[in-house]
Amino acid sequence: MSTPIDAPGRGGRGLARARLLWQGLGAVAALWAAASFTFLVQTLMPGDRAMLLINMAAGNLTNPSPEEIAAVNARYGFDDPVLVQYLRYLGNLLRGDLGVSFQQHQPVLAMIGEQIGPTLTLAFSALVTAWVIAVALTLACTAREHPLSRAASALQVALATIPPYWIGTILLVAFAVELRWFPVEGQHSLAGLVLPTLSLALPLAGYLGQVLQDEFARVLEQPFVTSARMRGMGDLGVRLRHVLRHAVLPGVTLSGWALGKLLSGAVLIEAVFARQGLGGLLVAATSARDVPLVTGIVLTSAAVYVVTNLLVDHAYRLIDPRIRLS
Amino acid sequence: MNTPTLTLPAPGARRPHPLTALAASVPGSVGLAGAVLLFFLVAALWPQALQTHDPLQMDLAAVLQAPSAAHLFGTDQTGRDTYSRLIEGTRQSLGIGLGATALSLGLALLLGVTAGLGGRVADAVISRVLDVLFAFPTLFLALLFVTVFGVSVATLIVAVGVGTAPGYARMIRGQVLAVRGAGYVEAARALGHAPARIVRQHILPNAIRPLVVMLTLGVGQSIVWASGLAFLGLGVAPPSPEWGALLDAGRSYVTRAWWLEVMPGLAIVAFALSVTVIGRHLQDRLEGKVGRP
Repeated sequence: MSTPIDAPGRGGRGLARARLLWQGLGAVAALWAAASFTFLVQTLMPGDRAMLLINMAAGNLTNPSPEEIAAVNARYGFDDPVLVQYLRYLGNLLRGDLGVSFQQHQPVLAMIGEQIGPTLTLAFSALVTAWVIAVALTLACTAREHPLSRAASALQVALATIPPYWIGTILLVAFAVELRWFPVEGQHSLAGLVLPTLSLALPLAGYLGQVLQDEFARVLEQPFVTSARMRGMGDLGVRLRHVLRHAVLPGVTLSGWALGKLLSGAVLIEAVFARQGLGGLLVAATSARDVPLVTGIVLTSAAVYVVTNLLVDHAYRLIDPRIRLS
Repeated sequence: MNTPTLTLPAPGARRPHPLTALAASVPGSVGLAGAVLLFFLVAALWPQALQTHDPLQMDLAAVLQAPSAAHLFGTDQTGRDTYSRLIEGTRQSLGIGLGATALSLGLALLLGVTAGLGGRVADAVISRVLDVLFAFPTLFLALLFVTVFGVSVATLIVAVGVGTAPGYARMIRGQVLAVRGAGYVEAARALGHAPARIVRQHILPNAIRPLVVMLTLGVGQSIVWASGLAFLGLGVAPPSPEWGALLDAGRSYVTRAWWLEVMPGLAIVAFALSVTVIGRHLQDRLEGKVGRP
């Protein structure tokens, strides 16, 4: 990434606008490529899609007549040349039409809209929790010769490795089943969100903590830190006011990337805690081989990722105003 | 941060046996991790040596028993011994993990090296493709593959392999670009060596070295992803005691028999943690400690 610094003054705003436009175009291009990729994967599907659909509707293996197959093919346009199908797919996407579920015969977009809320809530609260844990550990432990800080960094490595669904299971068994501090199934209550959030946040906090601490340790050695200490600033003050802001930058970049990990994790965590959300929808659609629904969800997740990373890019600039252009 | 200390043997002193020296230079955590890996290796190659029961033997008199001396990890809903089933599943789990990692790194190597050496156009195109693949969460991409190709061991390997490839490809590309700009490559070029020879002798060996570490760390992560898919009920068919399948089977009993869920998870965690510890140790040895205590 090259980051030329633009001259202050009148040119700045025009450049900022141009950059926004450019980034928007980039995001659209990325989504177009993502849509093309999902379309490509669909065309690779082995077997006859019309047959699959008929069997799905009948609920068992049937032996449909050629007329029936032809009717299904005509309805879904499976017989058209691939290029025609591709253009139709893109055209529908532009109009916000993600297709109709093979299995439930409902518009995919509406089905996703119903379920995406809880998943995004879970992912977002996990992201915030992971940040709180990682920053607290970093402030308390980095570059301190203390057995506890060594233990903390070993813990972070372990947390980053342990699969979230296993942490979820342990938390569920310990705190919901045995101790009964939290509900086993808490769909609409805040208490029910605690354990799923923690299971998703702990592995991410492990990752984030490692990155923050490496950077934090590096910044602690910088001359401006020494000069702040020479002015008589206390250790905590130095850590909070001077070091944290710098150390946070790589973590912010990581948060954009972490979103993908969080969405993947959310699917598993929703399964552990039997929560409603995109995960249940996606898993059911996958085992039913409901192609439009699965591709719709996969594309939506890619869109969420692209949009979030645009936002992350802007957050980066707010934290470090030296970076103006990329 | 530790300052590296150089210990020279006293003149005339007997050199320690290389194996003793190796053992002395390995931290305890790495030794433990190695022991865990060795255990799983034996379990994969010769499961009968470690099993206490027949993994398929049902015993309706001992249904859903908690861990005890007779059944180390308890029993499942048909009285089968969880520990023996775990051992039985090791081969398949490790096989899937290794297969997925091999596929992932193969793809990543192809993309990363082409991007790093293929000139500006190839680099730009491949980097964009990787950016787009990055936008798909790993598990979502894997589920898309399962939807299209159906549930099977091969799909599981392809799904996890393709899902994790973009990350490695980016790392390899960065490595190739870094090595390409290194002083010794510049020197070889200045000496007039043929480009093919520079690539073969200087760039590839140095760019590929971190792959040892990636391979180690990757196997652990692949097993975590593959068992995650199986956990969702989209892995290998139920009678198989593959670790993820065991997790999936135990899911409906979690409130009554925690060991069915916790023990297979423990195997996955023990394996993944061990390869991580060893991978990081290798990384420190091969590339030098960088800013990590």
